[in-house]
Amino acid sequence: MSPTAAGLLQVGILVAALAAAYRPLGDYMARVFRAEKHSKLELAIYRVGRIDPDTEQKWSTYAYGVLGFSFVSVVLLYVLQRIQAVLPFNFGRGNVEPGMAFNTAISFVTNTNWQSYVPETVMGHTVQMIGLTVQNFVSAAVGLAVAVALVRGFVRHQTDRLGNFWVDLVRGTIRILLPLAFVFAIVLIALGVTMSLKSGVSVDGQVVANAPVASQEAIKELGTNGGGVLNANSAHPFENPNEWSNLLEIFLLLVIPVALTRTFGQLVGEKKQGYVLLGVMGLIWSAMLAVIWIAEENGLRPLEGKELRFGIPSSALFANSTTSTSTGAVNSLHDSFTGLGGGGTLLNMLFGEMTPGGVGTGLYSILVMAIIAMFLAGLMVGRTPEYLGKKLGRKEVTAAAVSILAMPTVLLIGAGIAAILPSTQGALNNPGSHGLSEILYAYASASNNNGSAFAGITVTSDWFQSSLALCMLFGRLIPIIAVLALAGSLAAQKKVPVTAGTLPTTGPLFATLLSGGIVLVAALTFVPALALGPIAEALL
Amino acid sequence: MDNFLKQSWAGLRILLALTVVCGVLYPMAVWGVSRIPGLHGNAEATDTTLVAVVREGDKYFVPRPSAATLPASGGSNKGELNEDYTKKINELRTTIAQREGVSEDQVPQDAVTASASGVDPDISPEYAEIQVSRVARASGLSVEKVRELVKANTGGTFTTTVNVTALNRAIDAAH
Repeated sequence: MSPTAAGLLQVGILVAALAAAYRPLGDYMARVFRAEKHSKLELAIYRVGRIDPDTEQKWSTYAYGVLGFSFVSVVLLYVLQRIQAVLPFNFGRGNVEPGMAFNTAISFVTNTNWQSYVPETVMGHTVQMIGLTVQNFVSAAVGLAVAVALVRGFVRHQTDRLGNFWVDLVRGTIRILLPLAFVFAIVLIALGVTMSLKSGVSVDGQVVANAPVASQEAIKELGTNGGGVLNANSAHPFENPNEWSNLLEIFLLLVIPVALTRTFGQLVGEKKQGYVLLGVMGLIWSAMLAVIWIAEENGLRPLEGKELRFGIPSSALFANSTTSTSTGAVNSLHDSFTGLGGGGTLLNMLFGEMTPGGVGTGLYSILVMAIIAMFLAGLMVGRTPEYLGKKLGRKEVTAAAVSILAMPTVLLIGAGIAAILPSTQGALNNPGSHGLSEILYAYASASNNNGSAFAGITVTSDWFQSSLALCMLFGRLIPIIAVLALAGSLAAQKKVPVTAGTLPTTGPLFATLLSGGIVLVAALTFVPALALGPIAEALL
Repeated sequence: MDNFLKQSWAGLRILLALTVVCGVLYPMAVWGVSRIPGLHGNAEATDTTLVAVVREGDKYFVPRPSAATLPASGGSNKGELNEDYTKKINELRTTIAQREGVSEDQVPQDAVTASASGVDPDISPEYAEIQVSRVARASGLSVEKVRELVKANTGGTFTTTVNVTALNRAIDAAH
């Protein structure tokens, strides 16, 4: 079998597996968020939290819930790292230094999983399990909750209630992420992924670090988190031992964002509304896969930073999937990609991560983009735009614009300052335009909560630790607050009846508007920066 | 502000409860399952052939270059237009060609490029082939025997690779 045929076969298997999971998982998630009853475990958690699960919240209380939960999560994760020296299973890895602990706490709470640390020498198993693994679950569940709240904004009318954040958070964790993670952690172990409480293993006279990998690996992909248990992430044979584990990991990081379009269709009562979003996601994902794959096949030394058991096609497949979701796990080093291939992974993030995007974040991001697209269409025909039976007035479009613009703003400010700081020169691993790409990639990854890196850049200085942490924080929370405000405003409206003048949002015209919106917003915002980095490099 | 504090307080309690479930019970349950014999995993990576390290001596096959500092993993992160690194790769190609007694254009790409993990267990069949005569000479095994061992350790579903770690252990065992 030629490498190209083998690559196409793997893409085929992946798509078939996603198609098989689409309906059952999408429908199941819709049922989870519509269910009336609470399980015993959930009721116990609500009792510990002293919250009433049957009281619904206004958008502002829902938003305070997200903010409060994120705040205490950052504090707890920071403290855990700072007292690591007294925790069990630390293997002499001491307290994480403050800048790194701060950056890492924000990174994992915002579902970014940017890693300025080398896990094998910095993080002990206790912090990995009770700190990082927990955030892998709950940060993904926060994304799910916000997406569901936005969908309720469309579905409900003349109400100021959006649901209960704690219920959505706990259900997303307990009913969706936990069972899937448990099952697939075991499948990963059967495929050869390690699960050890020891610090390492001796291989032909040298020690290679080991860890409780499988439990974290499963949720790392499923929750589109991406933080490696080991430094080489999913390139490490202990995290990703063979071609089948590789294919499974790509499947896991795509499956929830993809199936959420089905959940969305179910919740709004018209499945076609979900299919059209999936179509747009699939179109852009496929086009970007072709770009990255072809670019890497034609590289000068494409095997640099790639594992031989994956080869070029499935390295490109993983790279495309991890940057088009908000995962950021890697099975190859994007820093060693060609100008065009690496630029493709960067562009995936600059699209705002909605093709298909992260768990929950992808769905709410593409819905916000749909609002922008319908607003532009409304301007063209001179009619107040509508989407899913709701009018898109000043409030709604403002909230959508704030949500869309937060990422480019913090990204370009951060990268701009970093590029002119004299100290940055010494932090880069490559000269010339590729060095600029390393800076751009870092801020794009942080601001989009992706977490992958052109990892040659050294980001342990106070400037990088703090500025990237702020980009992650604002890149996560500003859109979430804007989306919840948007949801509140939509839910308060009456339902607008469908008339002959309503632009249908299930057909090719809408799909074109939406795809055009995604590509144009990214192009208009980032072409100057891209021209100096990856585009210059691709042309050299 | 009151609402924020109230929600944070509830958030802390729920976070602690979820920490018990997802941070203690979940990984312990997965660890427990990993102890089940017959799962066909190797959770402790005992005698693993998943990773490769350089073994001293001409009688062993050499794995791909590594940019890792063990016990940690990692790669070079060098871009393809990095001239210093290109120079290093060219020097390495010359060294390998001399070591194996072949011309430089017979040295395959995986022999001179660092893997992503730094512990990539595999090399290409081409890289294995140019190492055969040196290994045979140094180990005292016949060329045919070494080729046979290479073949026995070649595999893969979508890619065809040679597992260096397993191959080197087979060389040891053949003595």
